[in-house]
Amino acid sequence: MTDAPDHRPTMADVPIADRIARAMPLLLVPILLVVGFVAIGNPSSWLTLTVSGLAMGMMIFIMASGLTLVFGLMDVISFGHGAFISVGAFVGISVVLGLAEWAQAPSLLLNLGVVLLAVLAAMAVTGLLGWAFERVIVKPVYGAHLKQILVTVGGLIVIEQLIHVIWGPDEIFFARPEMLKGAFTFWGAALEKFRLLAVVIGLVLFVAMRLVFRRTRIGLIVRAGVENGEMVEALGYRLRLVFVGVFIAGSALAGLGGVMWGLYQEVITAGMGEEMMILVFIVVIIGGLGSVEGAFIGALMVGLLQNYIAFLEPKLALISNIGLMTAILMWRPQGMMPVVKAK
Amino acid sequence: MLMRLISGDSPRSRLLTALLLVIFFGLLFAPFLFPGVRALETAARICVFILLAASYDLLLGYTGVVSFAHAMFFGMGAYGVGLASQHMGRGFGSLIFGSLAGAALAAAFALVIALFSLRVRAIFFAMITLAVASAMAVLVSQLSQITGGEDGFTFQIPRALGPANRMGEFGGINITGKILNYYVVFFVSLALFLSLLRIVNSPFGRVLQAIRENDFRAEAIGYRVVRYRIIATCISAAVAALAGSLFALWLRYVGPDTTLSFAIMLDILLMVVIGGMGTIWGAAIGATLMVLAQTYLQNLMGSAAEATAAIPLLSRLLDPDRWLLWLGVLFILSVYFFPAGIVGRLRTGR
Amino acid sequence: MSDPILRLEGVHTDIAQYHILHGVDLDVPRGAVTMLLGRNGVGKTTTLRTIIGHWTARAGRIAFDGADITAMRTSDRARAGIGYVPEDMGIFSDLTVEENMTLAAVSGPLDPVRRDRIFAAFPPLRTFWRSAAGTLSGGQKQMLSIARAMAEERRLYLIDEPTKGLAPAIVSTMAGALRDLKTEGASILLVEQNFAVAKALGDHAAVMDDGRIIWSGPMQTLATDAALLERLMGLSMEQA
Repeated sequence: MTDAPDHRPTMADVPIADRIARAMPLLLVPILLVVGFVAIGNPSSWLTLTVSGLAMGMMIFIMASGLTLVFGLMDVISFGHGAFISVGAFVGISVVLGLAEWAQAPSLLLNLGVVLLAVLAAMAVTGLLGWAFERVIVKPVYGAHLKQILVTVGGLIVIEQLIHVIWGPDEIFFARPEMLKGAFTFWGAALEKFRLLAVVIGLVLFVAMRLVFRRTRIGLIVRAGVENGEMVEALGYRLRLVFVGVFIAGSALAGLGGVMWGLYQEVITAGMGEEMMILVFIVVIIGGLGSVEGAFIGALMVGLLQNYIAFLEPKLALISNIGLMTAILMWRPQGMMPVVKAK
Repeated sequence: MLMRLISGDSPRSRLLTALLLVIFFGLLFAPFLFPGVRALETAARICVFILLAASYDLLLGYTGVVSFAHAMFFGMGAYGVGLASQHMGRGFGSLIFGSLAGAALAAAFALVIALFSLRVRAIFFAMITLAVASAMAVLVSQLSQITGGEDGFTFQIPRALGPANRMGEFGGINITGKILNYYVVFFVSLALFLSLLRIVNSPFGRVLQAIRENDFRAEAIGYRVVRYRIIATCISAAVAALAGSLFALWLRYVGPDTTLSFAIMLDILLMVVIGGMGTIWGAAIGATLMVLAQTYLQNLMGSAAEATAAIPLLSRLLDPDRWLLWLGVLFILSVYFFPAGIVGRLRTGR
Repeated sequence: MSDPILRLEGVHTDIAQYHILHGVDLDVPRGAVTMLLGRNGVGKTTTLRTIIGHWTARAGRIAFDGADITAMRTSDRARAGIGYVPEDMGIFSDLTVEENMTLAAVSGPLDPVRRDRIFAAFPPLRTFWRSAAGTLSGGQKQMLSIARAMAEERRLYLIDEPTKGLAPAIVSTMAGALRDLKTEGASILLVEQNFAVAKALGDHAAVMDDGRIIWSGPMQTLATDAALLERLMGLSMEQA
């Protein structure tokens, strides 16, 4: 028996090129920032656009994270996700309008309190709605993609129409809480307060999600389940319960994203979720279905690129996302960081 | 002879056959059976949407691929005819050129999208078509110098097809160019519908069905699954564009609301699902029902909403603008409870 | 023979429209290694997957330690004490070796005594404790896969082709680890293509063909009866 024992380290065997290829997606955002800086040529404009792009990216990420996990875990694609965005926005903004006194008071504490309450209400309602949606709409069509798409589209329409029934047919215009209006000036660049808040919330959420995924058992179960759900069950976990939990959490996050997007736009419509879904899908596809990190990078790229292009060549902004998606898929047909599926 | 025309794909149910014959003869003699502008509008709409739904069924029903870009392809044909007529002058040449250009563009788009998505996962296709279609809709509304934006634009069609062309009287009805136009729409739709029937009953169609039943097995037997799906996508897109051309010809108008919008896409989905996926006949039944319902049922909702105006929530639910709500509910229920649609039900005799 | 740890009675399993198991009757005795043998495609893997619950038996009965588990959830079967090592090993390649083991210890933190025993059986796992499992070699992945099943107290191990594609040195490490498991009193149902390994490890054997068990008995009988071996498995003594 001359075979060498198979105990030698295999880590060093990964060729340098492969490692760069693996890290490449992580470099894309910095590269985009630099290219944007060079193309725009004006540091203060660049800073304004960058903050606005990051804010947009963070909000899209919040909406997309749940969707990509739901897909990764159970191979379920829910077009109904957009409905949670809209419902979240309507519930949240109703709270803001209901607490108009607090919202208009020139007190940061009261204003943030209103936003917090709006967010909590939106997340509670969309979380519950997600739970119902999973039971009524999604559960009967596990494993059948065609039916899943059809039925969840149906669910999207019904929920969107119910928003019309409850809140009336028109869009709702409103003002952001007092202290979140306006902008700071920094190095000659106008940085909108709310956008900064959105960036902070997005970052905190991303870091928290990473901690959950790395440090907790439930996080490990989710990561493992995305790769090989059957094996997670064979170890003794009920994947279905985990999935329902993720679906609820993902719906609540969509609701959070909806409130923030509403506050960002200062107008909400029943169709806003459906519109956002386009961006969310693009982000999920280019990130790689099932990958939270991929969705994060994808979302930032979509946000930044859209803002840069809108400044440089407004006409192209409409199709910049499609262009980005095409480019990424030409480079990596499965998306940037596809999840390894054991099949 | 008749069996050859329908490619041997008989409806296989007496009631279904009867329904189809009613639709066929109803449409064939529509100008004489149902005089009046509105009825003729509805009949032409039915012709176009039967063709459109049938072309979508080639994709959804025969290959199991969900596309959200079908309204976009439909729009490409419509805008093709509209723009050609506007820039090349009214005439049959413009109509034919515009239709062919629209169909070619649609097929090319379908090819590119399919190459990107179907090679990876069929589910990508649904998401990518949704993204592309919505970007296209935004683009069309923004490029208003060319497309007329949200309002769309009207254009002139050959005089022979216009209402001013009076060709005499038949059976108490004035035969105008408008009626001629209707028959152009009717016969072209019919010819394309029969072609689709031929395609799904050809060896190619059989392979598509084998793929839909079990793509792993089809692959194992040696069929190039992806290639078949891509070809079906392109054919389906081209036929949708031609349907769009007919629609534009009939309306003498193109705009986002009549061709590109998500609402049209939903209509198509619903027609195919309710009629019965995987049977071209189902598309005919579904499209007819949907168009009739839209034309006549929405009014009914309006009066129902007025009648219940005293009951706040109910009247809101019955508002004609909430039409989509009920369609959505109907859609979900039909996917769950009769996925084979009306045709499937009639065939199993239940 | 005392009552078996696992008993299958007339188990039928369908996968989609295909009928794979045509009434499997199988007893797995306690504290012994039972080899499940047979050519490719006769239903060995499907049998294991039906026992753990990845496929549901359409008809028949599965009893584990006397209790009917036919309709039980996979996760409950695992918690009842069945460890499963699939043919593709089912490693979570995105997770580290440590995280794989943490997950495998369903009832709480991994018991240090147990961990040390696993390290002793499979030293490379200690070396690569914090590496992503996806970067391990094939043999190391197989070790991890078995180690995961050992992270909890199990009364029955279902192991699907643990020596497939492995270098001979690793094969003997595997065989040693499986023997240790048996010594500790566990029962093992092992699918194995390598007849030499099967002969060395097995106490009992069951041979499958076309979705049924066609022979079962002591491994010794099968290994020494050339005619029987030839008839059941198409193997000649030299090949064996």
